[in-house]
Amino acid sequence: MSDVATLKIKRGSDAGASRWDTFDVPFEPGQSVLDGLRWLRSHKDPSLAIRFSCINANACKECMIQLDGETVYACTARLEAREMTLTPLPNKKLVRDLVTEIAPPSERFK
Amino acid sequence: MTREPLAVETDVLVIGSGAAGMYAAIEAARDGAGVFLADRSLIGRGGATVMAQMTVAAALSEEVPDNPRHHYDDTIAAGRGLCDENLAQLLCEQAPECIRELDAWGVGWARKDNHITATLAPGHDRPRCVYVDFINTGPAVSKTLRAVMARNSDIRKAGDICIVDLVCDGGEIAGAVGWHLDSGAPVIIAAKATVLATGGLTRLYRRNSASANMGGDGYALALRAGAPLIDMEFVQFFPIGHLAPRLVGMDPIMWDPFRYKLGGRLLNGRMEEFTSRYGSNEDGKYVLTRDLATYAIFKEVEAGRGSPHGGAYLSFEHCSAAALRAAFGPVIDRLAANKIDLTRMPVEVAPIAHYHMGGVVADARMMTELPGLFAAGEVVGGANGANRLSGNAITEALVFGRRAGRSAAARARQIARRDLPAKSTRIALGLVGGDGAEGSSSSAARNTAAMVERLQAIMAGDVGPFRTGAKLKRALDGIDALAAELGERPPARRPEGDAFDLQRLEWFDLRNMLTVARTVAQSALSRNESRGAHQREDCPQALPRWRRHQRVRLAGDTPQITGAPNAAVASTALS
Repeated sequence: MSDVATLKIKRGSDAGASRWDTFDVPFEPGQSVLDGLRWLRSHKDPSLAIRFSCINANACKECMIQLDGETVYACTARLEAREMTLTPLPNKKLVRDLVTEIAPPSERFK
Repeated sequence: MTREPLAVETDVLVIGSGAAGMYAAIEAARDGAGVFLADRSLIGRGGATVMAQMTVAAALSEEVPDNPRHHYDDTIAAGRGLCDENLAQLLCEQAPECIRELDAWGVGWARKDNHITATLAPGHDRPRCVYVDFINTGPAVSKTLRAVMARNSDIRKAGDICIVDLVCDGGEIAGAVGWHLDSGAPVIIAAKATVLATGGLTRLYRRNSASANMGGDGYALALRAGAPLIDMEFVQFFPIGHLAPRLVGMDPIMWDPFRYKLGGRLLNGRMEEFTSRYGSNEDGKYVLTRDLATYAIFKEVEAGRGSPHGGAYLSFEHCSAAALRAAFGPVIDRLAANKIDLTRMPVEVAPIAHYHMGGVVADARMMTELPGLFAAGEVVGGANGANRLSGNAITEALVFGRRAGRSAAARARQIARRDLPAKSTRIALGLVGGDGAEGSSSSAARNTAAMVERLQAIMAGDVGPFRTGAKLKRALDGIDALAAELGERPPARRPEGDAFDLQRLEWFDLRNMLTVARTVAQSALSRNESRGAHQREDCPQALPRWRRHQRVRLAGDTPQITGAPNAAVASTALS
């Protein structure tokens, strides 16, 4: 038996207007918010932009987002059976959806 | 609409920023070259290095007397008769120098009594594997190399660059074409020398131990440019990848260091020790090689003696809380946050795709067959034969990376100026939208994320460690169907702009992954014997006539395999 998390996600790019999309995501207890976002992309909306690399190990530190206004790693924050609000990091330049410019300036293409 | 490509000129282009790519960049710059280091993820954060848990093999002679010759003998024995001896020799001989350089750069190898300590890993004849506590080897290596690069203004770094194709000029490699994920803009890079350091192909499998960007990009880039690959059938499965309960914040291969330090007991679903049935009695110590352990677990599951989630149990219940804490400190707290108490419960483990032995053909200078193209790290084929020895992956990244950087800088010095040839650049730019052609609007509708998962299911089901001719043929049919679905053109630009368009990225990923998946399945189908990581249930013996490498080249979209011992048999098997 699985629970359902309701992910309310802030979408949009730096240039355009933002919008909120809400999705129900089934999950087993113990699964991460990133598990939910990846499920969402392969089952509902592949256009959702998220940044992640190591998936589960909390090694790459690429999946930083805000959950209910707190900065978290999506790969270690757990899904819960309630509405969870996901937003991009507020203090970084927005790229698109949940992706922000987090690389140090010397490691960016320019 | 044509988008003006962003142009880069450099002496040396390095593709991939794991340990191999970063060491190549550092070494090339040390030899006087200007370097452009591109990664499709962030610099030093994607790939496999940052995921490495513990062991790095090198005959340092600090823990016990040792000699690279002994390391070499163990590497050759693990490789089941298929190691490229020149590459294995380079790996073992230069390992101590690289480990000591990392030490001087402050990586922080674990020390005991004022010497760098080493642990005994399966397949080694003595303690030879250095590490950074607590299971922090990969992050420490990455961080150290990044810090060294940061002090060097000759190295330009750029994350979020998806390299799409190498550019050939009269049989030589003159650079590459790609696009910038953040902006969607096409990118052209003119380079006097190019180093592939893109890692392996573990992303082809549903359960894997590496990052999401390890889809075999370098293999596909090399193949399309005309360079051959070898040993593509040899995918290493790590036998005790974490299976259950759900554990977040830890790499699934985390149980390896636990076994190094604490032994642990591998048990089947009936809580019985079982490895002795498969020719190796563990006796509480961690000595079982990866291919044998993988085989033993699969066979227990097949016989109905698996753990509830389809693997085996790994138990540390004989260890005291104090012993666990002493060995793994803060990791014990992370386990507790996942509601795992090792003194009271076993965990479930199962084989997981971990490393690829095959890859690009390169000599001991890391030169490929194509002038101007070099390779380093896991993307290189041959050093580890049919089965990699524990601890050799980071070592080869360091040794091969350093060597490739040196070779690439030497090549750059010989070339006055490198221009990208207009015609082949234009062709390569066609796919990234730099030629004015639009992408395909129909492919925008496809769920590329789901297609990646479908490919992973095919590979896990039919091209895993235990193979049959029938399963491999079914896999090839499935791969062909996915390729037809993917189509010839990437998705059209998104109306709201193409910043960080993951569907477009996945289209290019799938283009590579499908090509590489086909080479793995076809090579496995052709090798009708069992050896190391390649086990054919319909041909269970290792055959002396198969003590040889298969090579793969691309003819159009089709991999052509050479090297099978009996061409008539091989071509029948492929038809």
